[in-house]
Amino acid sequence: MNPVSNKTAAVNVDDVCKSYPNVRALNHVSLRVEQGEFFALLGPNGAGKTTLISILAGLTRADSGHAAIMGHDTIADYRDARKNLGVVPQELVYDPFFSVRETLRFQARYYGVPKPDAWIDEILHNLDLTGKANENMRSLSGGMKRRVLVGQALVHKPPVIVLDEPTAGVDVELRQNLWTFIKRLNGEGHTIILTTHYLEEAEALCNRVAMLKNGEIVALDTTANLLRGMSGITVQISADTTPVSWAPRSSAQASGAFGFTLSGYAELESLLAAFREANIAIRELKLGEADLERAFLKLTSHTAVAA
Amino acid sequence: MSAPILGPGFNALFYKECLRFWKVAFQTIVAPVVTTLLYLLIFSHVLESNVKVYDGRVSYTSFLIPGLVMMAVLQNAFANSSSSLIQSKMMRSIIFILLPPITSLEIFCAYVFGAMVRGLCVGLGVWLITFPFVGAAAAVPQQPLWALAFAACGSAIMGTLGLIAGIWSEKFDHLAVFQNFIIMPLTFLSGVFYSIHSLPAFWQSLSHFNPIFYMIDGFRYGFFGIADVSPWRSLAVVAFFVIALSIIAMRMIASGYKLRQ
Repeated sequence: MNPVSNKTAAVNVDDVCKSYPNVRALNHVSLRVEQGEFFALLGPNGAGKTTLISILAGLTRADSGHAAIMGHDTIADYRDARKNLGVVPQELVYDPFFSVRETLRFQARYYGVPKPDAWIDEILHNLDLTGKANENMRSLSGGMKRRVLVGQALVHKPPVIVLDEPTAGVDVELRQNLWTFIKRLNGEGHTIILTTHYLEEAEALCNRVAMLKNGEIVALDTTANLLRGMSGITVQISADTTPVSWAPRSSAQASGAFGFTLSGYAELESLLAAFREANIAIRELKLGEADLERAFLKLTSHTAVAA
Repeated sequence: MSAPILGPGFNALFYKECLRFWKVAFQTIVAPVVTTLLYLLIFSHVLESNVKVYDGRVSYTSFLIPGLVMMAVLQNAFANSSSSLIQSKMMRSIIFILLPPITSLEIFCAYVFGAMVRGLCVGLGVWLITFPFVGAAAAVPQQPLWALAFAACGSAIMGTLGLIAGIWSEKFDHLAVFQNFIIMPLTFLSGVFYSIHSLPAFWQSLSHFNPIFYMIDGFRYGFFGIADVSPWRSLAVVAFFVIALSIIAMRMIASGYKLRQ
């Protein structure tokens, strides 16, 4: 279900195309993210996620189509569009001349925030960077630099926050702190758009997901609906053979086991009964539940075959 | 109430540009002052008794000082904007300037004004350190407004040229080409070390096509009230380059040339 409302969309992408030499990065992409959503943008490398984010941020100009942030066109009304957007870039970039606090202060003042220090202190605290506030950016570890990038995106309190792989290189504990902080911001009304390679993060955090492949949206739905579409279970059974009646539905696994995709637990009973009746001993049985990773693989591999 | 032409984005970026060079002042201010002092020591020692300028009305060392001051102003103004931009492009930290709602005019002014501040700081340092060579009375410009006008316009031109070079360059090598094959020859062949009246006719004529010649000649007029060409003509040439280069730089920034994809 797409929760379309009468409110201005946090992000509206309308029929956007973008090509680079020899590559069609985005092909007639349209999507609408509502205010307050926690939205995931997923796709394999080269799917067009970063190009789409760059178009939203005004770093890249679309060949055709329009994009708007909180109703402000990213080209015609770029100043208001950018005021409403905070972006955590994928690349680990920093200015080596300045300390963490100076970096955040400059970023706040670029956006015209008059007295940013109290909010900067809160950001530093939430990103566990208070002790590093006066350290030069060069002296920080990769994970710390990543957190400063997150801070830079939040420093002007934008209603829409885009996080392009924000947890890459960040250790588990700090990743949890970061998500707690981001969830709090989402709870306060900020719209969050996330790209990540950690699909479990998207599954746990995001209400809605768009999956991109080869510059096209191959799925755009609520996380729950996508998982419902994958409501079956997978079963791996280690045995010498498989019952004849189930052979067409089995797939040989690399481990030597037989794999089955079932509609649910009721069908599992039929499968086990078939093994009993055929007098085939089961050495090991493994169950797998639906997750976003399976949905992702299914959708992206399906379009690859279709192409 | 309409928004100011130069808003908070300009203030922050201009301050950042100044703080950037101030944090490494030994490299960006002290080192060029010392290098220029070496030029003064060597050239004044070797040529003071051998070269007559302005028909002997001005000593060679006095003549040399405004040229060296202006050369330091111009080279450092160019170095500031070009190095700041190419570094942020190479390290990709330019994104922090491209993401916020800073206008093209604000970006242009912040980089150029930052370059002017550094150029003028180095020029001031060179000027002050030359006092012992000619005495404070001889070192003070006779017509300071002319000197100030040419120092400001010259640093603005080179700051703008540095901005253009920084945007155009895709790697440090490109910038080195710009610096070593365009800026350096034009500076050295602009009359820093000599009056163009001492040159053969052909080279004298050629010097009139060098915009840096007018910056230095006009600046020198501020010191001595004497110049190779009319200061008004120099000012007209310099003003033309300020406007022309500013238009080019502004168009490059506004179109996102080599900055946005």
